[in-house]
Order: sequence, then structure tokens, then C-alpha cells
Amino acid sequence: MTIRIVHYINQFFAGIGGEEKADHKPEVREGVVGPGIAFQQAFGEEAEIVATVICGDTYFNENMAAATDEVISMMEKYKPDLVICGPAFNAGRYGIACGAVAEAVVDRLGVPVVSGMYPENPGVDMYKKSAYIIETSNSAAGMRKAVPPMARLALKLARGEKIGSPEEEGYIPRGIRQNEFAAERGSKRAVEMLVKKLKGEQYVTEYPMPVFDRVAPGPAVKDIKKAKIALVSSGGPVPKGNPDRIESSSASKFGRYSLQGIDDLNPENSETAHGGYDPVYANEDLDRVLPVDVLKEMEKAGEIGSLHEYWYATVGNGTSVANARRFAAEIAKELNAAGVDAVILTST
Amino acid sequence: MRLEVGNILIKEIQFGDRTEVKEGVLFINREELAKVTGEDDRIASVDVYLAKPGEEIRIIPVKDVIEPRIKVSGKGGVFPGLISKVDTVGEGRTHVLKGVAVVTTGRIVGFQEGLIDMAGPGAEYTPFSKTMNVVLKVEPVEGLHQHEHERVVRLAGLRAAEYLGRAGQHVEPDHVEVYETKPLLEQVKEYPDLPKVVYVYMLQTQGLLHNSYVYGVDARQIIPTFIYPTEVMDGAVVSGNCVSACDKNPTYIHQNNPVIQDLYERHGKDLNFIGCVITNENVTLSDKERSSNMTAKLVEFLGADGVIISEEGFGNPDTDLVMNCYKIEEKGIKTVLITDEYAGRDGASQSLADSTEKGDAVVSTGNANEIIKLPPMKTVIGYPEVADIIAGGTEGSLGEDGSITAELQIIIGSTNELGYGLLTAKGR
Repeated sequence: MTIRIVHYINQFFAGIGGEEKADHKPEVREGVVGPGIAFQQAFGEEAEIVATVICGDTYFNENMAAATDEVISMMEKYKPDLVICGPAFNAGRYGIACGAVAEAVVDRLGVPVVSGMYPENPGVDMYKKSAYIIETSNSAAGMRKAVPPMARLALKLARGEKIGSPEEEGYIPRGIRQNEFAAERGSKRAVEMLVKKLKGEQYVTEYPMPVFDRVAPGPAVKDIKKAKIALVSSGGPVPKGNPDRIESSSASKFGRYSLQGIDDLNPENSETAHGGYDPVYANEDLDRVLPVDVLKEMEKAGEIGSLHEYWYATVGNGTSVANARRFAAEIAKELNAAGVDAVILTST
Repeated sequence: MRLEVGNILIKEIQFGDRTEVKEGVLFINREELAKVTGEDDRIASVDVYLAKPGEEIRIIPVKDVIEPRIKVSGKGGVFPGLISKVDTVGEGRTHVLKGVAVVTTGRIVGFQEGLIDMAGPGAEYTPFSKTMNVVLKVEPVEGLHQHEHERVVRLAGLRAAEYLGRAGQHVEPDHVEVYETKPLLEQVKEYPDLPKVVYVYMLQTQGLLHNSYVYGVDARQIIPTFIYPTEVMDGAVVSGNCVSACDKNPTYIHQNNPVIQDLYERHGKDLNFIGCVITNENVTLSDKERSSNMTAKLVEFLGADGVIISEEGFGNPDTDLVMNCYKIEEKGIKTVLITDEYAGRDGASQSLADSTEKGDAVVSTGNANEIIKLPPMKTVIGYPEVADIIAGGTEGSLGEDGSITAELQIIIGSTNELGYGLLTAKGR
């Protein structure tokens, strides 16, 4: 039986237009569109791209929940055995859209997904656990090289075959560890690895250790009585009602909120958006997460120069490192521009 | 130090009138074994069972596994400082009843003991489904404190192993392995052109039923020190811990330390194995700093070019592993680490509690969180209900039909961090 595939692409690859058409709403077309032609060639008789769903990147990213629902309902009608998203190369919003669609397809339609992205695409860190993402180059010029491994992996997944290692198949490691029995016992593998390391030969570690950013502490504030202090938190402290709808986990954004007219946080003006801890005590008195009351008192008493007018907040609960790094860079840029001397970072 | 290890290959074990080895069959006088094992007024009863590969038997909760060995010549006796005098061992000749293991079970001591299945899918994950097991169900007298309970059962198992080992004292071994490491300066001269390798042997010492003993001393009290590899083969290092079953080192695996064996395998060919540094895994930061400093210093002093570092346990000891790695690499000495992983049931979490970019050569012995379903067995020796409380199990692990659904953590030796097994985890 021919494998049924639905393909997801953005407005650019559908030939609708560039940034000016990025608000294009989801639509579905029968058969192949754009890069689907190359995939269909690679599949030959084994699989058929029965439909292509197209959505503008801006529309998708600004209406993520609704756009996902629309895209999934369009796909569902075609009863796919597998979905292909992209490839998105290094297009960030396209990558995020491909990833979000992939996650929803796996969760709601229960079929596998193959995508393709450049390793630094933010969609990789956010969605690599949901979809197999083939590593591609950083621009559409790499299409010819991206299609064969994506098509090969798609057929394997659709047939329910055993999937090999990232190196064998070409996908970006999903960060999922799976047990298997090796040919030699662990001690023998260790001795072999040591002999190679001593000889300066190539060896492959069995567990690449995660690399943590180590941030050297900045120099001490010279004169705290003149310093402008800002508050930044990953504990989810937001104005009452969570106006930016910061997610309770795996946050995709941060918020900037004014402290004008606020001397104290209380259940009327603030709450936490964080879903990873018991929020009762934070919601009773959010100064416990973001010490606004004390800093305002210190500001009045002249113990600090001033408290920056805005606080920044996001949720650190399962938030990807890639997103956290992006938030930090953007927040730091704004704080620098505002002449802030020091920051108090709070978590939970 | 030179040790001949004479392996007497045992093909079959059965009860008999006297304990002896005849043509590859170990006959065991059940009453006498029970009597020797129970020679402690804190022990109320000892029952002896046999469990052989392929039989549908589950043993739970398992405390320790020990190999029957006996000194034939050379100083001292097995398990010095515990059941023999504290003579320095590791020289002369030692006989082994190869294929036999003493397994201790009985009422649970802590909550971190494990199980052995002799058949079915669980059997693939434990080395002790392949040994012929003499199972001792040791019950202490009422009201014995946990720590004393642990000690009483530990010593009972060692006595039983020595008692059985004695049956091999005058038997001609099927084959004899010779292991030798000379005093440092001589050993360096023997293979002057080969890289010098030290084995950094981390021992579980978190306390509260997480201990190891070296010549009878609680290893928590030691300053990292040098030990000849052959001393370990005579039982200088003994397990006293109830830490998670999958990655504790039962005494049997200390006696048969695979890192030591595999380093000897390449000794004189690709490397010059100059000895072991034993160190501990204490819980306070100052202890960790002291032990890792001393370990790195000693490894440097010995002139090592490379080391293998093995861990025991997980979480807190990950920091000791990382500190040892970092400080030894800082001295320009190359390291390879052996550890297991706790990557979550879905394998999606970070596997270790600590990390260093210098740890660029790691052997993984598997993800201990992976779930396994163990079908019911015809016979259960011990107390199956503890499946719900021992590490790796949760409420409801024990099914009504006697099956057990739990993390691999629950199986003795499944992710052994001396690299005794074949299991590994791969990134997917």
C-alpha cells in the first residue's frame, strides 16, 4: 500500500511571497507544492504526498494555538501515515512553526514527523524531542542535500522500521537516551577508549557531557547608593491576569512590566505564571518572588540609587536553553540602554 | 605483588552429606552451611536454597552477592579485617569456585536492595542469573537496629563464601590466571615505553546504609590510598551498601573487578598498569574536595599518563566523579570515566547531576530509569512485597499476578559502573 504523506510548508516555499505575505492564513492544496516535488521524486512509488498545508510564518507565530488547530484539522482529513515539515533551514519562525506542527501531529494524530533544520534554528531545541529533525545547511541552497535523508527517514518511520543513530540517519540528536546491549562489556570499552585517547587516536564518548555556561560574576557595584537596580525573574511574576500569556512551562517569551505607582506587590496587582511550583505563597504576596516592597523602601531611604522602572519576567519551568539565552540577550540589551548598573535575578 | 588465581569450574551444585567438590560438582552440606552462616547470636535463623540459571526463581530483596574463594598460599585469608586477620593479601595463590555465587536475602534492611530473576527478561540484565546461586535467607533477631542488621548479614555472607570456598582448597584448578603488579619503580622499568595507567576506584561511602569496607575499615574514613589490584581479588574491598541495586558493586564484582581484569589484559601490550587508587564518595563538600585533591595528587605522584575512573551510585557521587575527572585532567593526565545514567523514564532528561567539559571520554552503562516488566516467577525466595518500596519500584510495582513493573534500577548489577555488563545507552 502506498504511504500517505502530508507536507507542511510556509508561504515562501509555496511561492506565495516573502515577508510581505507572511501573514498568509493556513490553506490546503491537493498534491505537491514547491519542495514537495523533490520529495515525491525521492519517494517514487512507495509514498505519495496527498496534500500540502501552507501557512505564513508571521500568522503562525502570532496565532500559534489557533494556527496549529487549523493546520491539524486540515491534515487530519487526508489521513496521513506521516507528515513532513519544511525543511526550514535557518529560518527561525518557519522552524518554530514546523516544530509546533510536528509536536501537534505526534500528540493529536499519532503519526511520526520528519523535519529538516539548521542546528542553530530555535525550532530545533524547542521541538527536537517530538520530531526527527534532519540536519540541513543554513539556507534553501541546501535543499538538494536535505531531501534524500529526510525522505529515507520518512519511509523508515512510516514502515515502522528500527531507526538508527543520529550519525547513521542524519538527524539532530533528540536528547533521548535509549538502552541497548553493546558487543563488549563496559570495562573493556573503557580500556579501549583510554588506549585510543593515550595514543591520540579518534574515539567516541558514549555520553557527551552537557556543557553549562559558566558566567563569571561581574565586579562589585562601586557605589550602591548611586546605582540603578533592576529586577529580572524566571519565577513568573507578572501583572494580575498575565497580560502577555507567558506559558506556565516551556516559555516562548518574556514580559516587561512597569512599576510605576507600585510600592508593593499584592494579590490585586500581581500573580505568578509559573507552573512548576506551588503558587499559593507567591500569589498571596508576590514580593516573595520579586522583592519590590523592600527595594522601594531602600530607594526612598537612599540606600540604593534607584529602582529601574520596569521589571522583566519569564517562566523558567522546562524552558529551553535556546529560548532562555535569547531572552537574556534581549533583556540585557534593554537594560544596558536604560543605564541600569546592577540586576537582582530571582528564580523560585 | 603476584597472585595466582586458580579457577575451579563448577558445572553443577547440589546438596550432599559433606561440602566438597567432586568432578566439577559442588556438594553442599545444607545444615553445616546454615550453621556457619548463622554463627552470630544476633541471627535468629538461616535458610539455604539453590537457584540455578534458567529456573523460574526470583530472589528479593538481595543484599549482597559474594564469590566463594579461599587462600591456598600467601599471607592472610579472604576478606581481611572482617572475617580474617588484617594481613595484607593479594600474593600467593587463591582458589575460586567459578560459576558459584552466595546470595544473601532476608527481611529488608533499608529500601535500596534489589532483585535477581533467574529466567525471563529480567535475567538478561543481571550477571547473577548466569551463576549457580547458593541463596541464604538470613533473619536477624527482633529489634536489631538497621545498621547492625546490615553488618550482621554482610558478615554472614562472607562466612558462607569462605566456608564454600574451602571446598576448593585442595582441588586442582581447571585453569590458573597469573596477575602481577610490581612496586612502582620496578613496574615502570618493566615497560618503559608504554603509557602508565592507574585505576581510580571510587567506593560508595554516602553513609546511612551506603558504605564500603577496605580491610575492614569503613571507606568513609579513608584518605585516598594506593592498593595493588590483586589485593582486591582476595576480598580487600567489600560491599556494605544498600545503595540502588543496579549500580551498587556487590562484593562479587569487587572480587572480579572487570576494569582490573581488562587493564591486565592490555598490560605490557598497550599500557603499563601500575595500580589502583581507592577513593570515597562522602557527602560533604569539604570531604569531596579533600578526597578529589588527594586522588589527583596521588595519581600525579605515581606518574600516570592515563586513568580510568569508575563511579558507584548516582546523583551525589556524580560530583565526586566530575571533581576527580576535572582535577586529574588539569594535571595533564588523560581520563576515561565509567558511569550509568538517570535520564528519566523517557530518556529525555540530563543523565548526570554534574558535568565538566573535560569529561570527554565517558562509557555509559545504561539508563537506570528505563522501565522493565518482569513476569511472575514460579518460586520467590524472600519478600516480593518489597518491590513497591525498594529504589526503582513504586506503589503498585508488584502486580496481583506476581509480575513486577519497575525501573531497571531494581535489578542487581543491571547498570554496573565497573562495566561488568554489556548494557549502554545511546543518544537517539
